[in-house]
Parts: sequence; structure tokens; C-alpha cells
Amino acid sequence: MNQRTELKNHQQELYYFSIRLAIGGVFVLVLFGFLVARFVYLQVVEHEHYETLAENNRISIIPVVPNRGLILDRNGVILAHNYSAYTLEITPSKAGVLEETINGLAEIIDIAPRDRKRFKKLLEESRNFESLPIRSRLNDVEVAKFAANRFRFPGVEIKARLFRHYPKAELASHAIGHIGRINDADLEALEENDDMANYKGSDHIGKLGVEQKYEKHLHGETGFQQVETDAGGRAVRVLSQRPPISGSDLYLTLDSRLQDVAEKAFGQFRGALVAIEPKTGEVLAFVSKPGFDPNLFIDGIDPVNWDALNNSPDKPLNNRALRGQYPPGSTFKPFMALAGLELGKRSPSYTISDPGYFTLPGNSHRYRDWKVGGHGSVDLHKSIVISCDTYYYGLANDLGPDNIFNFIGRFGFGKKTGIDIEGEVSGLLPSREWKMKRYKQKWYAGDTISVGIGQGYNLATPLQLAYATAILANKGVAVQPHLVRSILDNKTGQTATMPLRIAGGQPFKEENLERVRLAMIDVTLPGGTASRVGGGAPYLVAGKTGTAQVIAIKQNEKYVESRVAERHRDHALFIAYAPADDPKIALAIIVENGGHGGSTAGPVARQILDYYLLGKLPKEVAVTEEDAAVEESDHD
Amino acid sequence: MIRRLWLRFVQHIDVPLLAVLLPLMLAGLAAIYSASGQDLGMVMRQMVNMSVALLLMWAVANVPPQHLARFALPMYLLGLLLLVGVALFGEVSHGARRWLHVGVTRIQPSELMKLAIPLMLAWFLERREKTLNLKDFATAALMLLLPVGLIVKQPDLGTAILILASGFYVLFLAGLSWRIMLALFLAGVASAPVLWSVLHDYQRQRILTLFDPTQDPLGSGYHIIQSTIALGSGGSFGKGWFKGSQAHLDFLPERTTDFIFAVYGEEFGLLGNLLLLVLYLLVIGRGMIIAIKAPTLFSRLLAGSITLTFFTYAFVNMGMVSGILPVVGVPLPLISYGGTSVVTLLLGFGMLMSINTHRKLVQT
Repeated sequence: MNQRTELKNHQQELYYFSIRLAIGGVFVLVLFGFLVARFVYLQVVEHEHYETLAENNRISIIPVVPNRGLILDRNGVILAHNYSAYTLEITPSKAGVLEETINGLAEIIDIAPRDRKRFKKLLEESRNFESLPIRSRLNDVEVAKFAANRFRFPGVEIKARLFRHYPKAELASHAIGHIGRINDADLEALEENDDMANYKGSDHIGKLGVEQKYEKHLHGETGFQQVETDAGGRAVRVLSQRPPISGSDLYLTLDSRLQDVAEKAFGQFRGALVAIEPKTGEVLAFVSKPGFDPNLFIDGIDPVNWDALNNSPDKPLNNRALRGQYPPGSTFKPFMALAGLELGKRSPSYTISDPGYFTLPGNSHRYRDWKVGGHGSVDLHKSIVISCDTYYYGLANDLGPDNIFNFIGRFGFGKKTGIDIEGEVSGLLPSREWKMKRYKQKWYAGDTISVGIGQGYNLATPLQLAYATAILANKGVAVQPHLVRSILDNKTGQTATMPLRIAGGQPFKEENLERVRLAMIDVTLPGGTASRVGGGAPYLVAGKTGTAQVIAIKQNEKYVESRVAERHRDHALFIAYAPADDPKIALAIIVENGGHGGSTAGPVARQILDYYLLGKLPKEVAVTEEDAAVEESDHD
Repeated sequence: MIRRLWLRFVQHIDVPLLAVLLPLMLAGLAAIYSASGQDLGMVMRQMVNMSVALLLMWAVANVPPQHLARFALPMYLLGLLLLVGVALFGEVSHGARRWLHVGVTRIQPSELMKLAIPLMLAWFLERREKTLNLKDFATAALMLLLPVGLIVKQPDLGTAILILASGFYVLFLAGLSWRIMLALFLAGVASAPVLWSVLHDYQRQRILTLFDPTQDPLGSGYHIIQSTIALGSGGSFGKGWFKGSQAHLDFLPERTTDFIFAVYGEEFGLLGNLLLLVLYLLVIGRGMIIAIKAPTLFSRLLAGSITLTFFTYAFVNMGMVSGILPVVGVPLPLISYGGTSVVTLLLGFGMLMSINTHRKLVQT
């Protein structure tokens, strides 16, 4: 009986399954039926239509490249634009023997060895069916000459193209960046982002700086023309089209005239400068000296120029403001002083008697002050004004590495600022964990001492220093620095202003800020280490000098600048914000091998502040070597 | 002696099924040869892929179904683990995180799931056979949705849809009530706006493009425009092998893989397409016969699901190429170039063969 029910159940189950499977079969037949209907429609009913499309008049879709957006400074001065010109282009796969073609072309049109080399390089990087420029910016005579001889050169064409141009050449080149021809890596990235369609027809893409970071905005939307072509591939008529939409125009936060003043102020020196508006995080000037001419890179740089730029000992391609890492040196002291006050480790009246060195309890090693014999009795104010090392050795020891790491970290040291260009490095604010990870060593008391005066493991980029100064000027509130101020969308005609990005931070106590501010003001007045900055100025400047060592000085050696090779001289550092009572600009300057902060970096700062706050152009543009040498006694 | 060995060797091969699979694969090789611009190397590589796949199919066919069932849970769990691994450490390629590096090679765990899901659900439902109730269906549905969700997230919509379908077929064949299916369907329709908002931009674009390919003629619309031109210009009898102008003038994208059907349809026309549909129908019909004859619930559900999933592959690909479905990355089964897909498919057919040829042994 039992067995029978089970058998019956089994039968029933199988029956249900068969029904379900049969339904599945019907489903299959119906959907395949749809396919058959579709095939019949395409291949029988509409066959002629499609045959026409495929055989006689092929349809081809021609992308129409949009105009790249302009780049302008905050006042509307054009920094990057496009102009139309003729290029001579070769499609290698259609051109036969390349060498002969180029030699033939050279008979009627000027082709420099430089052009040949560049073409060769482009050829190596591209695929065969692309057409590559051999000469750009042809004049009318050249165009006419080629047109008359065109039949001799299959695969060679003259094309009207838009060219990117940077009218200010080197000015702010490290911030603006440049575009270049799309290479394999770019293609891969485009494919990943599913952007290939929009780049059909585009040859160039942002490679560096704002041009790279804002590629999406600048590029625009590629339009297309659907055209009927005859058997020879010539367009017969346009069937439909969508016009391209120009890329958005970028208004930078940079002030190109301020930038110009700043770059000229460096003279022959190498270095970097970043100026930020503290309340908004807008980067007013972004200098890395020497710069380079971005126009060279647009169509592939020729090997001669490339070698010159790449092999120069001045490293013009190195973005010092963004990627140069320097020990902050004494510019670290105002931040340390504020740490001492805020964390209650120092009162303004606390005074040390400086013998010219500091020793840790139970250790004979002497951490020397830059001034042999010391500064006598030093309180917080004086420690900043005359940049006393001994004061900060002791303060660092009392604060300890954790306090320093946490408090100084609020100024953005050791972290990327998040500025809107690629390639930023994070500098280094050392901590116990970091040292254990990096060196597998525990933290020693001596490590803290050198960190206290911005030496030791400390590293900061000029951008970070400027950012830290801006945070200090803004009373502890960090506003992320950025280079693009607003974006004009050419599709909608609307301008979008970049939102302020408060990166965090609680305001510090007003009285503590005031102490540090007053001391920093005295730094820039007669008696301070940067007396040339504030002396005689109608506004107050809060500043601090610094020196970053390039070579290590042994325990019993004295650093004598004149004896050291130029490239081994110390880097001069200077940070400042002004007007001190209502800061409109905060800046950081590094003059490589410039000696002491006050003597070389200070005058650069003065010119910038005079221009920015008073609109006064410097009468004589550059600081010279002699200038620096005169003030040798004016030590850090 | 040799005869006995031979019989031993082929004893678990289902000859009718193999007799349809082989011409299908031959058609695939022919299409690849033409689509690749007569690249013999590519044909050879695909032959190697097919040989490996056939060998694996033979191996699986020799494993009795009750042993296959034992793999269900471990395979499923491994697949799930790897999918989580992909989500966390996967390698991004073409904007999707689908691959996982394992030592020297990289694997695509979603591929494993294509077989693991029908196995797992069939195994699970069989265990509950006597008391099968709504709760069991709900549990099974959860088992299905977990990996599908992870795959959608990668994002790989095509594979997710196939796996979802394969799992759904198991539930459907196991007798999921019509009322619930209707409810799910309505819920699906109602939640469409939500789904739409979850989709990636490019996925939305593909669906929009389907309704009006001319919207995006440089991007995904380009594929559809060109593949319909290819099919349509093929006409009733096709332009002939190697003579498809669309295919050979570089108009067609992915023409050896996902869009190979456009090449095939252009060169062999409506006649060729119908022939292909007939071959597919024969495979599906044979699979259904095997399912009906299968002795246990597990093997019935497994066979039914594998068969219907195979159909789904074919339908989705041909629908996409002929422009009635959105462009999702699904190859044309047994025709498209590529080793992974042919191996997965033939492993499935190996299971069908195993179910069919071990039947008598179970009954006696």
C-alpha cells in the first residue's frame, strides 16, 4: 500500500514536472519564433534597404571633434586656447615606403630633421592606420604647393585642425599642465571608463596638471555626421548629424599677473612658491622654477627638446611645488609654539636660558643651536623672532612624539592636501608607528628633538607648507586648496563655482593665536630674521624663515656657506600671511640653494605681497646672487 | 578487446546529443575562420579549446549523478567565496571587477556559478523533496540572489541574467506556484524604477540605445546599427562564406566573439539562421527528453535547467545581435570564439549525458 502511494506520488510528481517542462518548451518555441520573425523582417522584408546600406552606399559615421574648453585665470586672462591651422598628415599604412614619401615631401615643403625625429617617435607609439602629423602650422603657400603635387603622395593629406596653444608659455606651466597625443595607456583608461565613443576622432587628451584633472570638463561632447559614402569612401551627403558640444571653460584661482611677479622674483634661482587665499583655499600663485614650455608637448616633443628638458640638472619637469619634499626647518616653529600653548606645555612667559645647545637628561649628546653660545634668556615670543633652536628642542621633548604628530597633523603635514591636480606627494610627519613600519625601530627621544625644529624625518612640500600657513592664518580651519575657481558649461551657458571644501579643524584659542601672530609679525620687522619683508610696508606681515639642509653637517663642523658648492648650499624657506590682522594671502616659498630664508626667500615674498595687497609692481624684478650674499650675517 | 575498450570509453556518451553538438561546433569554427579574416591560428586555438571541453564533458559524463550532487554544496560555497573575493580584491578590467588573481592565473568566479547554481538548487530541493514548501523555495531563492547580486555589482549584467535564469528554471520546474511567480513579476515591474537608478550609466545607455540606436551611433548604438545592417544585407541565402562586406570592412565590433552571429547571418542568410535555430532546438529537445526520463528529482531539475539555460544563451545573444534585446556581453553558445564559454557549456552537457547514461544503473 505504502509503496503504491509512493509510486503514485512519484507518477504525479513526474506529471507535474512534465507539464512544467512542456511550458518551458512552449516558451522556447515562442521566443525562437520572435527571432525567426525578426530575421525574416531584417533579411527578407527590409533586405533591400539594408543591402543598399551595406553594398552600394555605405554609411559611415564621422565623428566631429568638439572644441576643447579654454583655461583662463581668475581675471579672465587666457592661459590655454585653440586655434585652427593646417597640418600635413601621413597615414603610414597607405603611404607606401615612408622614407621616400617624406623625402618627396621635403622637396616641396620644409621638413626639419626635428620634424622627422618627432614623426619617427609618433610612429613607434601608434598603430598603422592612424594618420600622423609630419608638419604642423603650414602656411598658405605650402598648402598650395602640396595641393598641386598631391597626386604624387598617396596616404598624405592636409587637414585643418584645431591646435591647443598656451599663450603664456612657461607661466604656471606646472599648474596648467598640457595636453598630448592619446597613447595606449590613455586608450586603456578611456576604455575602462567607457569613454571610447566620445574620443572617436580626438587625437589629444590632458596629460598633466589642470588639463589632465579636468579632462572630462574640457573635452566636450563629440558630435557626429552620418554620411552616405560612395564606393571610393567620399561623403556623398549627410543623412543626419549632431553638432559637437564644446568643452567647458575653466576659470582658475590663479592670478596670472601675481604668478608672473612671483616667477620673475625667483630670477635665476630654482624653487617653488604657493600662495593661497586662507578663507577660500583658492591658490593664487603656483610656482615651480624652472618651468617649461607646455607648447612643446602637444604633438609629441621632439627628442632634442626632450633631452634638454629631461637631462637638465635644474629638473624643469619636476613639479617642485607639488612633489618636492623638503624639511620644513624653522618654518615649523610657529606651529610647534602653538602646540605648546594649546596643549598647555608652555605659557607665554615661560623662559629658558639658552646656552647654545640642548641635552637630554642622562645623555651627553649636544643638540646645537644655530647660534654658538646661545641667545641668552628666551621666551616664546623671542624664540620665534630670533628662531631659537634650543627652545624648541626642549618643547619637543616635553610634548613628545604623539602630541606633535596629532597636533601638527591638524595643519595638514604628512597628508596630501587634496589639491585638484594629479601627482601630489604626502610629505612626512613622523610618528612611532611610521618609524616602526619603515625602519623596524622604536622611537628614540632624540628623534623627537630634531622633529621639533622641522628637521629629522620631517618632510613637506611647498604646497603643504602654504596650506599649513593658510590654516594658521584661518585660525585652524582648513579649507582645501584648489586651482579651479569656476567652470563655464558651454552646453548650458551656466557657470558653476567650485564649492568650498572645509577639510576640518576647530578654531584655536584666540589668545594663543595672537601670541604666535605677534611673534611672527616681529619676525618680519627690524630685529627679526626676515626684516626685509615687513620693513616699511604699510601692512603687517606674519612670517617665519627657515633653512633646509642639503648636506649633513657633522657634530664638530661648522657650515660655512661660501665654502659649499652652490648645489649643496642650504635651501631657503619662508612662510607668511598678510595682512596679519585680516589675512588675504598665505604663502610658502622655497628657494633651492638660496642660503637663509630671510635673505633670498624674504624679498620674493615682499614683491608678491606688495603686488597682491597694494597692486605695486616691483621696480627691479629679480633677487640676485649678490643680494643674497650681502645678507649672509642675517642668519636663519 | 579493443572493441570492449571502445564501448567502455563511449558508454556514457549520449550519441544523439553529441551528434548535434558536433555540427554546431563545426559551424562555429567556420564562422570564426571567416570572422577572423581567415586566421587559421585562431581556428586552431578554438579547436584546442573545444577538444579540452569535449574531454572534460566526457569526464563529467562518467561521473554518476549522485556523485555530481556531492559537488553541489562545496562548489557553491567556493563560488560564493570567490565572488566575495572578487568584490574585495578583484582586478578591474574594462571598468568591471570580474577577475580574481590566483597565483599565476586569473579566474572569473561567475563562470563557476553558472554550473554551481543549478547543481546547488537542484540538490537542495531534492533534499526537501518530501516536504517541499514555500519556505524551501524562499531559501533557494536566497541562495540564488546572493551570488546574482554580487555579479550585478561587478558589474556583469549579462552573466547575472544568465545565472538568475538558470536558478529560476530550477525553481520553476520544481513547481514554484504560479501565484508567486505572478507576484514576483508584478513586484519586478513595480521596482523597475528603483532598478533603473541602480544601473550603471553604460547599462542604462544600452537599454536606451536599444529603443533608438541612432541616439548613440558612436557608442553602443554603433554595434546594433552595424549588426542589423550585416544581418539584413545577408538576405535569404546570405552573401556566401568570406563574402560578408560588413564583417570584413571592419564595420563590426567583437566579430569573433559576442557579435559573431552578425557575421554568420550576413554570410549564410536567413537559411543559415534557421538551420542554426534548428540545431539549437534539437539540442534543447534532446535535453528535455533526458530531463523527462531522469529518475530523480535532482537529475530532472538539473537537466531541465541546463537545457533551458542553454536556450537562454542562444536567445539572448541572437536577440542582442538582431537588435531586439539590449547589448549584454553574452557569447553565442558553441559558435563564439573563447575557451571559457565552450568549457562551461560542455561541462553542462556532460552532466546531461551522465544523467541519461546512468539512468539504468540507478533503476536496477
